[in-house]
Amino acid sequence: MKRFFGFVKKEFQHIFRDKRTLLILFGLPIVMIILFGFVVTTEIRDVEVGIWDRSMDQTSIGATQKIFSSGYFIPAGYIDHEGEIDELFRSGRAKVVVVFEEGFERNLRRENRAAIKLITDASDANSAQLSLTYLQGVLMNYFQSLNRDVQVPWSIDIKSRMFYNEEMKGVYMFIPGLMAMILMLISALMTSVTIAREKEFGTMELLLASPLKPREIILGKVTPYVFLSFTNALTILILGFLVFDVPVVGSIWLLMGECMLFITLALSLGVLISTSVKTQQMAMFMSLLGLMLPTILLSGFIFPIENMPKVLQWFSAIMPPRWFIVIVKNIMLKGSGFAFIWKETLILFGMTLFFILAAVKKFQIRLK
Amino acid sequence: MRILFTLLQKEFKQIFRNKLMLPIIFVVPLVQMILLTYAASLEMKGISMAVVDQDYSQASRQLVSHFEGSPFFEIKLTTSNYQEAEDELTSDHVDVILHVQHDFEKSLYEGKQTDLQLVVNAINATEAGLTNAYCTQIISSFNSQVRAEWFGLEGSGKLTTLEIIPKYWYNPQLDFKIYMFSGILVIIVTLIGMLLTALNLVREKEMGTTEQINVTPIRKYQFIMAKLIPFMIIALFELAFGLMVGRLLFGLPIVGSLGLLFLFTCVYLLTVLGIGLFLSTISNTQQQLMYMAFFFMLTFMLMSGVFTPAESMPIWAQKINIFNPVAYFMKVIRMILLKGSGFMDIRREFYSLGIYAVLILSLAITNYRKTT
Repeated sequence: MKRFFGFVKKEFQHIFRDKRTLLILFGLPIVMIILFGFVVTTEIRDVEVGIWDRSMDQTSIGATQKIFSSGYFIPAGYIDHEGEIDELFRSGRAKVVVVFEEGFERNLRRENRAAIKLITDASDANSAQLSLTYLQGVLMNYFQSLNRDVQVPWSIDIKSRMFYNEEMKGVYMFIPGLMAMILMLISALMTSVTIAREKEFGTMELLLASPLKPREIILGKVTPYVFLSFTNALTILILGFLVFDVPVVGSIWLLMGECMLFITLALSLGVLISTSVKTQQMAMFMSLLGLMLPTILLSGFIFPIENMPKVLQWFSAIMPPRWFIVIVKNIMLKGSGFAFIWKETLILFGMTLFFILAAVKKFQIRLK
Repeated sequence: MRILFTLLQKEFKQIFRNKLMLPIIFVVPLVQMILLTYAASLEMKGISMAVVDQDYSQASRQLVSHFEGSPFFEIKLTTSNYQEAEDELTSDHVDVILHVQHDFEKSLYEGKQTDLQLVVNAINATEAGLTNAYCTQIISSFNSQVRAEWFGLEGSGKLTTLEIIPKYWYNPQLDFKIYMFSGILVIIVTLIGMLLTALNLVREKEMGTTEQINVTPIRKYQFIMAKLIPFMIIALFELAFGLMVGRLLFGLPIVGSLGLLFLFTCVYLLTVLGIGLFLSTISNTQQQLMYMAFFFMLTFMLMSGVFTPAESMPIWAQKINIFNPVAYFMKVIRMILLKGSGFMDIRREFYSLGIYAVLILSLAITNYRKTT
């Protein structure tokens, strides 16, 4: 046992000796939280709108003012012929052009109908759609206020309630995903690379020839990363709470327990990767390309799984972070108890067992 | 010149001797391009809904049939018990609850204002916003239909109607895939360019083979060029390969000039390779380098606007983006490929990146020492 602790101590010293890596390790969750909280938002803001007002009457000017006072749009200038639209879009100076038809107010008064054309640069389909929805809302509101003197009968009043996230904060979505990503990164990537490094330099042979048992070597290698990962998980929770008011509605102990399970899973995955590679480069590429991008994109972190094609939904079912994210969301944001997440927990547990068994089977203690 | 040529030959041989290299250059990016492009979709389809109908009237049935007819909604549960629906929401089986209270038809018929409740799972705020918007649209269309059918058009004749005609340029089908694909292409080209160069250099340092080269008469610039040129060629090749895949699989439009795109990519790659070279000069082991490269890549990538538009970022983030080469390339590749922008449209980005490339390369080269 004393021998084992000595080995763990050595591993810790290895990690703490490299100040730069340490800085990145602890800085990463902080930078990521700030990025996801403030920068990577799907909300729209400051969309440049060009105006082509062929009528220039009171109503169209009023509508234009309404658009720019809404807070979502900023003016990209007035244009007066069609060719300029293409120019605005191609140079990226505007995303939307609003076209008021000729005699706009007159049509409204006499025929009770008038048309507005909203032309968008849809090369980014998603934000094009979002800005159009917002713009339509602003315009509808404006024209309803013009209609105020006419009472609208038989109308349905829709009362929407935003459950679990009343203020519709985007960061609610990201905290669970961020935890999955950082834990996966530190546990799987770092373990696989450290073990691969010992192999590449031939020091693994020295370790194997020492009186330490192979089991102790692996456990000793992963122990420091358990601590690192756990610290980072806590950092994310605390920062989320302090900076963005993301609560932990459910039991914090249950959450910690699930984090522990996920860390174990990621560590065993890291060991498994390291057993099947020869160099650090290979370990890194396998972890980075095989784990990181799928963790970000196939786990429901940024893009909802329900919207993916069926094949990818099956793929995402074998991604451990996917289940972890469901668990964290349930405990943190909905306050669900174990009864709601036992299935996901069982899946993670099964995966962990599988990775450990596979790693043990592949781990070679003899040289070729 | 002959020395450089021989060195290049050696580098290429070494790169391709590594059995892992070909899969990294071809298979992995191919899989990523396909998987991620399909995965990264924000298009909404199949919103699952629970209906709590406590009215059981003709009106409520008619309203529900409006939702049934929409391609966006899938009604998973119809019940009269609200608690049952909320349990389904908690266990993630449904995304939204439509709650029709028991006097819905009566108060609607009497011409009073009628309440209708929507409960949306808002953990994913964007999705919740869209779900709410779609529901509102369907309910309003039901509302105006009711007004017209049941009560005639009297009264509504006085209302003015505003016709809003949306037009989607460059991408009338609103295909999100082509936008995403171009973004993923940028990431793959960057990853290959920056990471492979830096790793290769640090590996030589860590293994001690840099010292062997240092004692040869090979000049510093020859060595660096021999290290950068192969990866530049590989990255350019990767871009061509990616464009081909995009064209064949996703019908990626190539509206602008390919020559301009490749010219811009060259300038971009000089910057990225320069960063890789710089990172390699300040790290001693591959491990250190990996974490640093990973950190920079992730930050650059997330800030570049690959998933979310860079214009809606806060001002301070946009200022930081001046130092983010990925943001320039992300913007320009989409402008050229999807909108056909010409040199005049992208000249600002072109010159900025050019200056960036010169600065970072000279910084990296001065930092690189032949002696240790």
